[in-house]
Amino acid sequence: MTPLASVNDFVVKFANVNGSGSASANELFARCILRMGVPVASRNIFPSNIQGLPTWYEVRVSGEGWLGRRGGVDLMVALNPQTWDRDVAELEPGGYLLYDSTKPMPPSKFRDDIVVLGVPFTALSNSLEGTIPRERQLLKNVIYLGALSALLGFEPDVVESLIGKQFKGKDKLIALNMKAIALGHDYAAKHLAGACALKVVRSDKVGDRIFIGGNDAAALGAVYGGATVCAWYPITPSTSLAEAFMRHCKSLRVDKESGENKFAIIQAEDEIAAIGTVIGAGWNGARSFTATSGPGISLMQEFFGLAYFAEIPAVVFDIQRGGPSTGMPTRTQQSDIMLAAYASHGDTKHVLLFPEDPRESFELAAVAFDLAERLQTPVFVMMDLDIGMNDWLCQPLAWDDSRQYDRGKIMTADELEAGRDFGRYLDVDGDGIPYRTLPGVHPTRGAYFTRGTSRDRYARYSEEGAVYVDNMQRLLRKFGTAATLVPAPVRRNAAETARFGAIYYGSTSPAMDEALARLKEQGLHLDTLRVRAFPFSDAVSDFIHAHEQVFVIEQNRDAQLLKMIVNECAIDPARLIALLHYDGTPITARFIANAVAERMTLLGRKEAAE
Amino acid sequence: MTYIAKPKLHHKDIPTNALGFTHRDYEGRISTLCAGCGHDSISAALIQACFELSIEPHRVAKLSGIGCSSKTPDYFLGQSHGFNSVHGRMPSVLTGANLANRDLIYLGVSGDGDSASIGIGQFAHAMRRGVNMVYICENNGVYGLTKGQFSATADKGSKSKTAVNHDAPIDLVSMALVLGASFVARSFSGDKKQLVPLLKAALSHRGVAVLDVISPCVQFNNNPQSTKSYDFVRAHNEAVNRIDVIEAKAEITVDYAPGEVVTVRQHDGSLLKLSKLQADYDPRDRGKAMAYLQEHHARGEVVTGLLYLDPEAEDLHAALGTTKRPLNTLGVRELCPGSKMLAAINDSYR
Repeated sequence: MTPLASVNDFVVKFANVNGSGSASANELFARCILRMGVPVASRNIFPSNIQGLPTWYEVRVSGEGWLGRRGGVDLMVALNPQTWDRDVAELEPGGYLLYDSTKPMPPSKFRDDIVVLGVPFTALSNSLEGTIPRERQLLKNVIYLGALSALLGFEPDVVESLIGKQFKGKDKLIALNMKAIALGHDYAAKHLAGACALKVVRSDKVGDRIFIGGNDAAALGAVYGGATVCAWYPITPSTSLAEAFMRHCKSLRVDKESGENKFAIIQAEDEIAAIGTVIGAGWNGARSFTATSGPGISLMQEFFGLAYFAEIPAVVFDIQRGGPSTGMPTRTQQSDIMLAAYASHGDTKHVLLFPEDPRESFELAAVAFDLAERLQTPVFVMMDLDIGMNDWLCQPLAWDDSRQYDRGKIMTADELEAGRDFGRYLDVDGDGIPYRTLPGVHPTRGAYFTRGTSRDRYARYSEEGAVYVDNMQRLLRKFGTAATLVPAPVRRNAAETARFGAIYYGSTSPAMDEALARLKEQGLHLDTLRVRAFPFSDAVSDFIHAHEQVFVIEQNRDAQLLKMIVNECAIDPARLIALLHYDGTPITARFIANAVAERMTLLGRKEAAE
Repeated sequence: MTYIAKPKLHHKDIPTNALGFTHRDYEGRISTLCAGCGHDSISAALIQACFELSIEPHRVAKLSGIGCSSKTPDYFLGQSHGFNSVHGRMPSVLTGANLANRDLIYLGVSGDGDSASIGIGQFAHAMRRGVNMVYICENNGVYGLTKGQFSATADKGSKSKTAVNHDAPIDLVSMALVLGASFVARSFSGDKKQLVPLLKAALSHRGVAVLDVISPCVQFNNNPQSTKSYDFVRAHNEAVNRIDVIEAKAEITVDYAPGEVVTVRQHDGSLLKLSKLQADYDPRDRGKAMAYLQEHHARGEVVTGLLYLDPEAEDLHAALGTTKRPLNTLGVRELCPGSKMLAAINDSYR
């Protein structure tokens, strides 16, 4: 057996018990590595449970900066007896198993082809004087962090400064935690010196990047984008978005002089009430949003039809999880794409945005509010659990102070007073977007009746066929306008002329980046198009027509985006090949590279045979 | 009958209010409901109440769900924005609208199908939250637009042409009391003398003011067996009080003998004078109001009047601590923390 040896390139997985307080120690572990200038990608793998069930935290250390899931585990920190066997089995040959050696384990519980590193975490934590059992449980996590810092070679002052930051102002806690770090560190240094050939060495690959979760970033985007009303209902994995909005509003949106809040947040009784509140606020001219996941989107369907047909701005963050039904509530998927795109009965279509990471979640959150008001329609920001609930290393959030909010076409009291003709559903500019007025605008002009029933250009109830068709056609024109306003897809051409292309979107990005590099090493060249919005711009069909075959890579079973492209862009389905990853774990570079390589080789052989 | 335009002409001596408006300025389109429908009487009472209170029509927002009752906002206050939303969801839409602009007067119009069946959840939570609104439930015990099915307020044993109702009725007034509404009243569409002052009091109340107005459906539920028929309500109406709303600016003189009148001052300064019709009834006692309702309901009486009032109630905005400026008037300057702050935020994620 050759033990794995690697500098700044390995995967560590922590197997913990939910509720044991391991999350903050694990996050500290990732931040230590970042502070040493080495990129990491971290992912929580957790159950729908508060206490007792297994939970994992996976950290990919990648000096090269690959941020997708790699697959495989090089160092397992096995702290959960329930999952011991599968955790041990998951290790790569030559990998390392760090475990609590307080109680002896039978040899049959180990493997011959791995390096076993025992540290008596429980015994060490029990030696901490003046602590109560609950504290010792928490400190056990800090002790394994200390042991890892010795095994992997963390710089001591990095650990110390992060502990100091975490417990700022609580000197007693800092001292206690540093004592626990030292316990673990010193034990490993003394008993396991030279036993681990996985090392972290200071580098400069992190730069000014930040380590942030998508829900957090999207909530900041909502603050910067001018959202004032948020109505939501708790549902994993979207809850932390609404909670982050609450937190950021409290620090950024309270009037300093009066102490008054420049926001209103309602935890609604259900998702239907949440979207109803959002639509009411949007109708009345406030930027408003909800955050939810698939089951919530299902419940909100009727209201989406109303907002589409009555033309009311609304922003919806869909943090997608594994469906259908309750599905896999704590796993990730991109499986609400069609549900959101065509939400509600009758002929409806909605604007979707697909951010690739937390940074873009921030950016597109702010863009969503502009688009919703410009187009007077719901806009869905299609995130997923992987982006939303995991901290990602990404470029810092950016804001241009000259930027103004686009409030869209709102007829003012002065314009009404001047006698400007107001027809709520009148296409004045030929772009399908009518003018609206806000309630209370003018004593005698501009009032209209908003309804989900068919109406004429002046908002008068009508079920006449021609009037109805006229309105539905205008809505189509408006959707055409939307295609020109939404963020354009991002095209990347291969170094050499490529016969094949790949379309992908959302959280697939980091895995895709790495897969392209792997494929290039094999001499396989691929142009790519990252779709950022629906409706699709012409660039999507242009890209497909420019290639013999195009892979469409998605994290769902039914190739939802592929089917939308076929239908909306009138593409021959034979040109597209679906590559689908939908087991609930984030897609990996290995999966993409293998799937693409296999099919490209197959197609090449077929041609050779012909 | 929307194709019949309403004549703009009116009598030259028609009365005007403090704003110089006539009651015609508070009208809407011609109703498309059945002749004799209770809902039209409620619309007329609303027009009267707004006229008498000299409310600027455009400062009212009218919101409704789906059903006959929910169509009525088109038939009054034609200069107000209206929103006929989806079935049973008026309360949430109104809540959002109210959050966006706290300066308007919010009128929610619903029916018993809308509020007691599909929308009972939203009804309940609007009561709990204390959204500043008038919530009118035009209650006829029947689904009119779908032609006569029982609603959840229909009495047990009541009969339609084809069926007998076996389900227990929901009393929205009792529910509102339990759920924390700060103004609870019941009235009858056929009693404008009672309804108009109640509406005026509700419009000047801060917090959620709910009015359950029995409003007979002449087409499907005005038969002798119905407890929501004109004849039944007239025969069993037990009004607990009569109300006079005295606006803040008017001189307030109390000329009733003590014991006959309860006076309550509302947050806007207006004074409600409640002439007691039932000697033992005090509308400021929530617990007693609930007991009174139960007792009299058991006797087959329909208790009407201002049943409960908390004049000190706070509304949702007070609970949320929102700025006095309507949220929909805030722009990038007030809302966006800017790039310098973002640099500091970025730093906290390193």
